[in-house]
Amino acid sequence: GMNPDLASERQTASFSVEKLTAWLDGGAEHTRIRRAVVEAIECDPVFSRENQYFQSQNERYEAAVRKAVHLQKKMHEMGWTEDGPEFKYIYRALSGDIAFLLHRIFMRSISVLGSKQQTAKWIPLATQYQLIGSYAQTELGHGTYLQGLETTAVFDITTQEFILNTPKISAMKWWPGDMGRSATHTVVFAQLYVHGKCYGVHPFIVQIRSLQDHSLCPGITAGDIGPKMNFEHVDNGYLMLQNVRVPRENMLNKFCEVQPDGTYARWGSQKINYFTMTTVRISLISDEAVIPLMKACTIAIRYSVVRRQSKLKPGEQEAKILDYQTQQEKLLPQLAAAYAFHFISNYLQELFDKVYREIQRKMFDTLPELHAFSSGFKAMVTQYCTSAVAICLQACGGHGYSLLSGLPSLYTKIVASCIYEGENTILLLQTARFLIKCFMAASTGQPVPPSVTYLAAVKPGKCPAKNKLDFLSPDVYTEAYQHMAARLISSTAAKLQDLIQSGVKKTDAWNQCTVQLVQAAKAHCHYITVKNFAETVEKLETKAGIQKIMKHLCDLFALHGIFSNGGVFLHDGYVSGAQMDMVTASYLDLLAVIRKDAVPLVDAFDFTDKSLNSALGSYDGQVYQRLYEWAQKSPTNKQMSPAYERYLKPLLHNTLSKL
Amino acid sequence: EALVINDPDFQHEDLNFLSRSQRYEQAIRKSALMVMKLREYGIADPEEIYWFKSFVHRGRPEPLDLHLGMFLPTLLTQATPEQQDRFFMPAWNLEIIGTYAQTEMGHGTHLRGLETTATYDPATQEFILNSPTVTSIKWWPGGLGKTSNHAIVLAQLYTQGQCKGLHAFIVPIRQLGTHEPLPGITVGDIGPKFGYDEMDNGYLKMDNFRIPRENMLMKYAQVEPDGTYVKPLSDKLTYGTMVFIRSLIVGDSARSLSRACTIAIRYSAVRHQSELKPGEPEPQILDYQTQQYKLFPLLATAYAFHFVGAYIKDTYRRISGDINEGDLSELPELHALTAGLKAFTSWTANAGIEECRMACGGHGYSRCSGIPDIYVTFTPSCTYEGENTVMMLQTARFLVKSYTQVSSGQRVTGMVSYLNDLSRQRIQPQHVAARTVTVRINDPVSLVEAYKARAARLVEAAAKNLQAELNHRKSKEDAWNRTSVDLVRASEAHCHYVIVKLFTAKLSEISNAAVRAVMTELSLLYALYGISKNTGDFLQAGILTDAQITQVNQRVKELLAIIRPNAVALVDSFDFHDVHLGSVLGRYDGNVYENMFEWAKKSPLNKTEVHESFHKHLKLMQAKL
Repeated sequence: GMNPDLASERQTASFSVEKLTAWLDGGAEHTRIRRAVVEAIECDPVFSRENQYFQSQNERYEAAVRKAVHLQKKMHEMGWTEDGPEFKYIYRALSGDIAFLLHRIFMRSISVLGSKQQTAKWIPLATQYQLIGSYAQTELGHGTYLQGLETTAVFDITTQEFILNTPKISAMKWWPGDMGRSATHTVVFAQLYVHGKCYGVHPFIVQIRSLQDHSLCPGITAGDIGPKMNFEHVDNGYLMLQNVRVPRENMLNKFCEVQPDGTYARWGSQKINYFTMTTVRISLISDEAVIPLMKACTIAIRYSVVRRQSKLKPGEQEAKILDYQTQQEKLLPQLAAAYAFHFISNYLQELFDKVYREIQRKMFDTLPELHAFSSGFKAMVTQYCTSAVAICLQACGGHGYSLLSGLPSLYTKIVASCIYEGENTILLLQTARFLIKCFMAASTGQPVPPSVTYLAAVKPGKCPAKNKLDFLSPDVYTEAYQHMAARLISSTAAKLQDLIQSGVKKTDAWNQCTVQLVQAAKAHCHYITVKNFAETVEKLETKAGIQKIMKHLCDLFALHGIFSNGGVFLHDGYVSGAQMDMVTASYLDLLAVIRKDAVPLVDAFDFTDKSLNSALGSYDGQVYQRLYEWAQKSPTNKQMSPAYERYLKPLLHNTLSKL
Repeated sequence: EALVINDPDFQHEDLNFLSRSQRYEQAIRKSALMVMKLREYGIADPEEIYWFKSFVHRGRPEPLDLHLGMFLPTLLTQATPEQQDRFFMPAWNLEIIGTYAQTEMGHGTHLRGLETTATYDPATQEFILNSPTVTSIKWWPGGLGKTSNHAIVLAQLYTQGQCKGLHAFIVPIRQLGTHEPLPGITVGDIGPKFGYDEMDNGYLKMDNFRIPRENMLMKYAQVEPDGTYVKPLSDKLTYGTMVFIRSLIVGDSARSLSRACTIAIRYSAVRHQSELKPGEPEPQILDYQTQQYKLFPLLATAYAFHFVGAYIKDTYRRISGDINEGDLSELPELHALTAGLKAFTSWTANAGIEECRMACGGHGYSRCSGIPDIYVTFTPSCTYEGENTVMMLQTARFLVKSYTQVSSGQRVTGMVSYLNDLSRQRIQPQHVAARTVTVRINDPVSLVEAYKARAARLVEAAAKNLQAELNHRKSKEDAWNRTSVDLVRASEAHCHYVIVKLFTAKLSEISNAAVRAVMTELSLLYALYGISKNTGDFLQAGILTDAQITQVNQRVKELLAIIRPNAVALVDSFDFHDVHLGSVLGRYDGNVYENMFEWAKKSPLNKTEVHESFHKHLKLMQAKL
């Protein structure tokens, strides 16, 4: 049966949950397809995640491989293809709990970086799983800083081969997924040497395991890097290369080539090397940050209306914990953020599609903007969502710490996204570099991309709000964010200039400003997120009920940001102390308003119970019953612990004589 | 320390490679050994036991924690002499292993809501214990799942048809000898958690389970054979234990953060990355301003919390002396202060440990860094022994009460005495915010004043908002709820002030000039960083100007560069042994990369060169496609 405390929440929704879901999916047809995919995956026992929380690393890995293999069969059965509309929902339906994700990166990097001949040779083999690929970039000693990679590939003109080596321990490839146990091939990034000259980092296809018996190829040392905070199902691996030879044709050569005589030729933009990373960064925002946050919000908010604790009014029943202002203040801003970032992810996807079309036509002008945006938003969104999931976890009291709540594994997984595909601080500094450049250009009247034209018009001013209701105007708060971002960027640029003019070397000046630069880049991304949210809501005008609640969420997201970063808005007097009190008042009022729709707003994310895999967050709200039932399944309850016979019993009975 | 580390009996495989059952088993094995060795060596001093224990278990929880930390002490403080005779020696000798079963599935911090019942039956002179609902099942107590054969159970006492509130009962749960659950008892492990693998946190359900009348802990409250209830003298006494445990958490915040800082700072000195200047070798990542900005404020925080922990412990000792002489006057403030400080320090340390881990890049995410383990072990302290938000609100209640006292003309003492200044302010028509404090940003004492002004302003604002809500609404509880976000902010500001004050006060006690100099830098960094993270409060209250905030931000960056040369020495001073630190990245000798490789080779996935799933799945797929 349905827990009445949860049922009552659904009766008072101010909008149609089904309509909101369809809008989030981009249309009812998409919702239908998504549900069909989820249904097909979840009714198949091979894909079950039921015992996941009780499994060891070895069991998790094996299950992930089994699922990956079974998925091929399933796709065939269902008639799903990689280009079909179903494909993007499969990963969501599996909650990412599957092997061979790097296999896809392997294929993508060959498609993007490989010549026509290379694509023709390798892609069919990979598609047929005649080989399993990985992507070996990161080393023990180097991650985001690619130029520092130490693996070498020396061209041997006599045999027309590259000789790959791991010259020292810090050069060992470390972390690539699927590489520890599964992969037969990998794309190795190595410093290319021809005739003793280094040409920088290039990608090479290298076979690492036998296609017959899976044993390691000569010259290869590879294995699993050991347990991590999460990703037990992935065999992140290490790889050491000793004089491993690959033919000249194994260097991916769409954009550059070593010719038989050793001549190095390059065409097209070098920036294209970054394109794979950009692709991955944009897709991970939704898959690895926003969706997990939506799940965490669903679990925490549903649980918060089931859990009753203490009394708000004497003589009444204990109150739902979501009725406490402090609980609302923890959870509702995270819910608003989940929506805000869902929209930013759509925005980036559109930008990406546009740039991609241009690249196909060999136009690279918009690539820097896309690169800067994908870096900045990857960093900002993953960091924000990670903190948000942690808040959801802690908002569930003790039960949040049980793995059965689903929240610890959401947290330990999302937290990795702050590091992989570019460490966040470094990425924000890349965005900052772009912003400073644009600011300089804008201030000398040169053209800049449309998203940063606001930098041209930095001027002092005051926020026009006169009462707390004025802060519910998107123009008022968007303007405040814009002012704040422009101020932080311009003051950092000025600081940089000052340092350089006073004789400090450019590179030193940059390092001395990095804390400010990071802050400026975040401010820019925050501003764009608010602006994009407001514009998205505005475009929604026809769907009255949904627009109203989305407007509230947008207001909440914006005001929460001002409330919790008061200093940067107060700093130059743009927002006055009295106005800050209005912001706080409006913000706290909004909490109570959104509270009423909190459960419908998470219901609209439309996660099945199986995909949440949480004893606290199920649709029916039977929290305690489920916790109790699931706990019984724990292996620790299935057998008598050997610890009793071995240690407890002697302790209980025999130790006395020894003491 | 050496006693444990050099003892072959305490050695075992790296815990990261063991399953939960294996980790529990190792912990039990070591606990059993530990008890024997403690007695063999004749170690009985609580402080020494604590150190011995923390080295044996390397700072991790263990299944006997609740027996040693709660069951035995509760017997000592709440059992009658007769009960002590019956239970204490068997428990001391571990014939009885006990736990403390308070939290239920449906209720945690809000104790009055607990649902377990103990109904007195005068006919048989027994209590009948029941778990009437699913939510009333005892849930979470450590050592309950598999280890204990007794539990002190907290239940609502019913006698002569009336509920007399929560009382403690000694309940046998497993058969001595076979260790099987007794009839009427359902007991087990609550399943895997975020960390705490060594601990068998358990559940307990009781169905008409009868215990003799003499099993109620009756040093204070009593039920007589005919069912007559005799009230305890004072209920304030139970605060003492809570204060004590919360003070331990403050110390634990300092220690856990210190460990994470040690690992991250040492590793940042070993790791080289990218270039600061073209053509030069890659610098240590600790030379990057952003890295220093992540780590050094946390280092300063670890030191600050260390001093706060010591202060609470001393104050508690002093006050406990007074309590034993019947003087309870200082207890409310200490209780309020430790609640807030427990929340403040555990929140900060919790976030700080994660920042340290993230500062280690990808390798921080590997369990070999040791930080994931520190984090999962520490993070529940934000919830247990009082959920942090609830703790902050308890402190707020005390602050508002003090504010009200001042408003009505009384004076308050102790850490809240700054509120007395507010009444003087009221003579002038201006808002307290407009009060000018001339802050000198290089003077720690002046910074304490700035924090004091901020706390005063936020306490006043919260109290006024509360009053405004009360004027609008009928219910006190409603008004309190609608002000609770402000109230938490006020508590945080108060705690922050207390910490800056205690850190600054400590400086004058340091006799060695060089140590004092570096501690002064750290205390300045702590205070200024706190301002730069909360500029809104200081600007809005007019405590600091825009120009001063810019100076503060600049000064923070200068301090980072000043502390940089001492950073490794400052973490070495924490003096964690490598074994205790449990981190490949944080090794004292800095040989990180080669040892990561050695560590990884031991991973369970590497036991065979070709993993069995190749034969089971991969080969099959390749053959079919």
